[in-house]
Amino acid sequence: MSVFDIIFYLFAAVTVVSAFFVVTTRNIVHSAFYLLFTFFGVAGLYVLLGSDFLAIVQLVIYVGGILILLIFGVMLTNKITNVEIKTGTMQILPAAVGVGLFAGIVAAALLKTNWITINNDVPSSSARFIGSMLIIDYVVIFELLGIVLLVALIGAASIARK
Amino acid sequence: MEVGLTHYLVISLCLFSLGIFGILTRKNAIMVLMGIELILNSANINFVAFSRFGNFGFNGQVIALFVIVLAAAEAAIALAIVLNIYKTFSTVNVDEIDKLKD
Repeated sequence: MSVFDIIFYLFAAVTVVSAFFVVTTRNIVHSAFYLLFTFFGVAGLYVLLGSDFLAIVQLVIYVGGILILLIFGVMLTNKITNVEIKTGTMQILPAAVGVGLFAGIVAAALLKTNWITINNDVPSSSARFIGSMLIIDYVVIFELLGIVLLVALIGAASIARK
Repeated sequence: MEVGLTHYLVISLCLFSLGIFGILTRKNAIMVLMGIELILNSANINFVAFSRFGNFGFNGQVIALFVIVLAAAEAAIALAIVLNIYKTFSTVNVDEIDKLKD
């Protein structure tokens, strides 16, 4: 087992175990912090897949933006001083059976499939290629996403202060 | 066994299943949002893994970037809606919110 494999299994374990705790812990704030470790693990997997730019974007946007937003949401919608920040659960058994069945079927399908993989050579930095693709091949989607972000920003502000 | 495409797909499947499980079992609307984030992350892992091991160039990574941007927009809008729901109903438990208008 090479060093690469060991690091991969480390990141995989961090990702999956903390994701498990995200959905099973009863305290929402603990869930949010476990989500932090999940995002870090996914960023590590991106690095191992050779997409360094996406790993940085994952850290900046998910950890620095979305997770902070979620924690703000927890803080603003629970009375921390007099009510415990606990969340109820329901229908655990049917959900576990259904999700287990689904996961088993998909796992069987993807383990039995004979994937034809090419071992592409990884460039030292993927940012240059991603940038040129954004400007050449995906320029319309790129501009549209800018408009989407602007509309989402204005919409969120106007919905929240009504 | 060398780490290959299948390993990443299995991790992505685990994240997807856990996200679905969280959405189905949690009452709190913010926990449902966290489940959605897990699912989006699993989709992103798939995109990047196929971009690495398939014959698609960098398309997968660029699309994963778009998914991250849309996830950010979605989180902002959803939290604004959750704040509004909390102001109206004084709760964010999704099973108690059963009126469109009071």
